Amino acid sequence: MKIKGLIVAGALATATIMSSPAHANRDYISIVGSSTVYPFATVVAEQFGKTTQFKTPKIESTGSGGGLKLFCAGVGVDHPDITNASRAIKKSEQEKCAANGIKDIVEVKIGYDGIVLANSKKADPMQLTRKDIFLALAKDVPMDGKLVPNPYITWKDVNSALPATKIEVLGPPPTSGTRDAFVELVMEEGVEKVDMSGISDEVKEKFEPGALREDGAYVEAGENDNLIVQKLQANPDALGIFGFSFLDQNADVIQGSIIEGESPTFENIAAGKYPVSRPLFFYVKKAHVGTIPGIAEYLAEFANEKAWGPEGYLADKGMIPMPDTERKQFADDVKNLKPMAMK
Amino acid sequence: MQPTQSTNAFSPEFNQRLKRRYRAEQSFKLMGIGAIFIALAFLVFLLSTILMSGYSAFKQTYIKLDVTLDKEYFPDEDLAKGDFQGIVKASLYSMFPEVSGRRDKRMLNNLVSKGAAFKLMDMVEADPKLIGTSFSIWVPAKDDVDMLMKGNIDMDQPEANRRIKDKQYERIRTLEHGDRLQMRFNKTFFTSGDSREPELAGILSAAKGSFYTLVITLLLSFPMGVAAAIYLEEFAPDNTFTDLIEININNLAAVPSIIFGLLGLAIFINFWGIPRSTPLVGGLVLTLMTLPTIIIAARASLKSVPPSIREAALGVGASKIQTVFHHVLPLALPGMLTGTIIGMAQALGETAPLLMIGMVAFIVDIPGGFTDPAAALPVQIYLWADSPERAFTEKTSAAIIILLGFLILMNAVAVYMRKKFEIKW
Repeated sequence: MKIKGLIVAGALATATIMSSPAHANRDYISIVGSSTVYPFATVVAEQFGKTTQFKTPKIESTGSGGGLKLFCAGVGVDHPDITNASRAIKKSEQEKCAANGIKDIVEVKIGYDGIVLANSKKADPMQLTRKDIFLALAKDVPMDGKLVPNPYITWKDVNSALPATKIEVLGPPPTSGTRDAFVELVMEEGVEKVDMSGISDEVKEKFEPGALREDGAYVEAGENDNLIVQKLQANPDALGIFGFSFLDQNADVIQGSIIEGESPTFENIAAGKYPVSRPLFFYVKKAHVGTIPGIAEYLAEFANEKAWGPEGYLADKGMIPMPDTERKQFADDVKNLKPMAMK
Repeated sequence: MQPTQSTNAFSPEFNQRLKRRYRAEQSFKLMGIGAIFIALAFLVFLLSTILMSGYSAFKQTYIKLDVTLDKEYFPDEDLAKGDFQGIVKASLYSMFPEVSGRRDKRMLNNLVSKGAAFKLMDMVEADPKLIGTSFSIWVPAKDDVDMLMKGNIDMDQPEANRRIKDKQYERIRTLEHGDRLQMRFNKTFFTSGDSREPELAGILSAAKGSFYTLVITLLLSFPMGVAAAIYLEEFAPDNTFTDLIEININNLAAVPSIIFGLLGLAIFINFWGIPRSTPLVGGLVLTLMTLPTIIIAARASLKSVPPSIREAALGVGASKIQTVFHHVLPLALPGMLTGTIIGMAQALGETAPLLMIGMVAFIVDIPGGFTDPAAALPVQIYLWADSPERAFTEKTSAAIIILLGFLILMNAVAVYMRKKFEIKW
């Protein structure tokens, strides 16, 4: 019977696949975490995989929060060894890690990333302050002693020195680490400069400066930064928010806005002059070093002048290196696998 | 009742009504043609933009280097630790002896891909006798050079804003005049895994990942789906319970696919402990997604087998199970296979459920089995679309072309089988 034979063969094949040993040991490094660190970590992983006898690490782009959640779920081959993050680990996450038996975590800062507001080269570059950006994008703004829904239509309404073009900013959705960093570095700083007099403390307490407009002035353009770059080219009046590496790769069609008098150049971010930049990290489970093959060697590849140094291949990809002393300190920490202290 | 309108075939009212009816038919036809035309126009637009921006990825710029593998580059016994980058650099410096200074040398070295050193490494490992010899070799150029050659870099912009600087441009021209620069078929794209260097990135790891995933999906969903359909259609009693099952199957076919991903994460990974990011778990999740499609298609094709076949078989004394397996199933099988292929094509194009089970990952090594970490074709498209390097734009479109090719192939097989085995009663 042909059909019976087929069914039996199928069942047998299925049984063989299902009974194949599920993961007794893992011979590759498993990395999760931030989509901002992803383009840098993958370069190191590839270099590591091609120049050593170890397998190339597997890197998932899950976002900083999602990565730390997976990372802190436990110790063992089923859990990732390293998580990338575009922000430092939170106290609550550290506690969760400890509760699941992950005691020693090595924190490695790898460099900095600048967040830029860019527009098309067809228009003039914008000269903004964080206060301007806050007033242009916050959902509610203070006016005459109370909070009102954002009434500003053009940049000129916000600051008379700015052009009378419509406020239209394309940026990442709330799930993105870039959005978190933008809120923290721009919106929460900008609100400090705004005149809040006449507003009761109660209202002030409830006020969330990180809430962005939902009336069309701020457009959530998805996680795809390439798409934002394309949209900026099509619409010279719009501004886009994304990581420095995208500006670096597309400097012939878009330009970064000058913020607080500093333009987003490699040198300015590295020197700490450009105000909207953030550190990038990864976290390593110390218990996995030695159990999963290659972790120590992967760390050595990362914490290496030819990778994260000012002339290294990560700088070529748009990562801003740390100052010399900081780099040396973290390289030492990596070598000794110095676990971080509880926050 | 008196008819309110004249039915006399020769009356002017009748003729007017007739004209009106013809006009209505005519305009409906025109609207239909218009709708099809608009749909076709969009399809042509979509396909042509993808083809236009993707075809160039099948070509890649190569640079010819004269390399000398001096023994001094291999101080270590382990040949893989040789200074292959140094060999490539030395070759470039000998071609452009006037280059001096750190910055200048760096710019020169940036013309050639990192892949050049890897290529030399592979050659030496395959044949250690090469050490000590000199030869010429074509190596991939850096993605920026490739973009320039394909006309994607505007040299009229001020130098600071270009990925290719004036000096580099001059050297590229020199290489071109010396016949050391060539566009060649991009074999790497079909033979290697993902890479962060666009000129080294390939589709093979994702294609193999998709293949393994679909094998699991097919092996699980086809027998299960067909068995479920046969039972429901031929054996199950007609009661409220089977009605409920039927409604649920139809509902499941319409559930957004990401829900199946969440289910897979909860059951297969967290509960059963199947490793993340593997074709095994991907195949299981896609099985859940494909099963309703297959069951519905299989039931429809069983239903289309006329009852007379069953009655005749039963009439000559066949048992119920003999009737089904000897007579009904062979007649229904072509329809079932068509449904399965369409279900598989759907599964091939799916990313959302794979997101939840860790298959959206950077995979360089080509998966060799069902429990190796793997990505899938649509995932590769998503990852490339999100990469900052401009050269990935054309890779994205090229990967879409390949995925579309597979989908068209699968659907063509389904159509062919339907045409070939279809039985008209």
